[in-house]
Amino acid sequence: MRLVRAVVAPSSVVEKPVVSDIDLANDYVEVELETLPLDAWHRARGGRMVPFAGYHMPVQYEGIMAEHLWVRESAGLFDVSHMGQVHLSGEGLDEALEKLIPADVKGVKPNGQKYSLLLGPNGGILDDLMFTRWDDGLYMVVNGAVKYDDIGHLRDELPDAITLNHMDEQALLALQGPKAVDALSRLVPGVEDLVFMTGGHFDWQGTKLWISRSGYTGEDGFEISVPGGKAEALADALCAEPEVKPIGLGARDSLRLEADLPLYGHDLDPETTPIMAALNFAVASKRRREEANFPGAERILMEREHGAVSKRVGLLVEGRQPVREGAAVLDAEGSEVGKVTSGGFAPTLGAPIAMAYVPAAMAEVGTRIQITQRGKVHEATVAAMPFVPHRYVRGAK
Amino acid sequence: MRYFTEDHEWVDVDGDIGTVGITDYAQGQLGDIVFVDVPEEGKTVAKGDEAAVVESVKAASDVYSPVSGTVIEGNADLGDNPGLVNEDADGEGWFFKLTLSDPSELEELMDETKYEAFVAKL
Repeated sequence: MRLVRAVVAPSSVVEKPVVSDIDLANDYVEVELETLPLDAWHRARGGRMVPFAGYHMPVQYEGIMAEHLWVRESAGLFDVSHMGQVHLSGEGLDEALEKLIPADVKGVKPNGQKYSLLLGPNGGILDDLMFTRWDDGLYMVVNGAVKYDDIGHLRDELPDAITLNHMDEQALLALQGPKAVDALSRLVPGVEDLVFMTGGHFDWQGTKLWISRSGYTGEDGFEISVPGGKAEALADALCAEPEVKPIGLGARDSLRLEADLPLYGHDLDPETTPIMAALNFAVASKRRREEANFPGAERILMEREHGAVSKRVGLLVEGRQPVREGAAVLDAEGSEVGKVTSGGFAPTLGAPIAMAYVPAAMAEVGTRIQITQRGKVHEATVAAMPFVPHRYVRGAK
Repeated sequence: MRYFTEDHEWVDVDGDIGTVGITDYAQGQLGDIVFVDVPEEGKTVAKGDEAAVVESVKAASDVYSPVSGTVIEGNADLGDNPGLVNEDADGEGWFFKLTLSDPSELEELMDETKYEAFVAKL
């Protein structure tokens, strides 16, 4: 038995898993891997470690399916310390950052959080990110696999007056699930008052935490920036709460897929624009569109008006066999017209699902399409996303 | 008598009939199995041919036939319940049965003791 395709691929370091033995740890080209603050903690808890984004990361503990379902019904603790945490400050920061991303930076209130995209000159996506307004600047979280590229890009493109601090001494934990608020508010009273996409500074036993009500699962939950040296103690305290179990990257991938949350390097890359990626909400600011001074604005605004040639859609796949990243989307004549960018088995639905880029004419919900993978044709239907409804706790309008 | 491959398949031989499955170690490495595609009756396979597909939440793998022969039955229970492979890889979770065309091929496979030693080194 040999592995032919793995879902939790080590992103940017190796593009495609190679055919080799089943032990995932053997499947990837040797790279110098680094360890994160919770490395020993994961191993002690039975986490199966795999290379991911240049680090040893836990892909699972008790099993992806059980972990996935636990997050949907209770609360799961994810270590996402591989992600890049960056602090930006200096005179004219908002204006300068708006030259690189399409978001209304100026309109973000103190402690407000926003999703945006780092764009290349032609409007292609260099990364997706979250940023929050702090008293002394902006706090930004970028993807682990491309964080050094992002930091280089920001340093090159932002004026000298802007200071960039890579907060690599900080760990990042995510507590996700409908009972996350119960568990975390017992440890850190006050977090229950945060609403989706806001954050605040908190104190936990003398340790300063930055906590935002956000995540990557579609569930309510929090992301917690903690000094690396305190990460183990905090992870222990959280997992001592009855609602909380540690969750690996495998379930993180299936949860985000069900929730219509694209994964950089797979569903998003420099060849895709925000409109192709169906992230129109990332160019929602009227002022930014009128100013049209973000990278690729002309192309992106034209696509927003008239549609892009291809579009990211969700697919419900018939039968039980998952289609994986790289499978080809066929038109009625059998020609390859698109690609699956993420695919797997959706534990909440008990069925295979996927994300794919398809031509605009095939992007309507309900369109039947065919996918080929390893010589076999699979039938699928374009489906509304998210596959599983979001359960964010939003503020009163 | 049960024989093992380095790719973690087993074949249990009774006369000239072999039953093929993947090992408990293999199912543990794969994790939650969500789909199994077994060969149909009458299909001829050579030793080392891709004979079945097993997909877990995280990965797709090919299962190779440990020996040459003609398939006489695929395990139909795996269609509705692929999780049987996780629950009982050595028994109820078998993949297919075949008539062996060249029993001498078994000599190239490992016995249980050798396989256990092989896995212990992984």
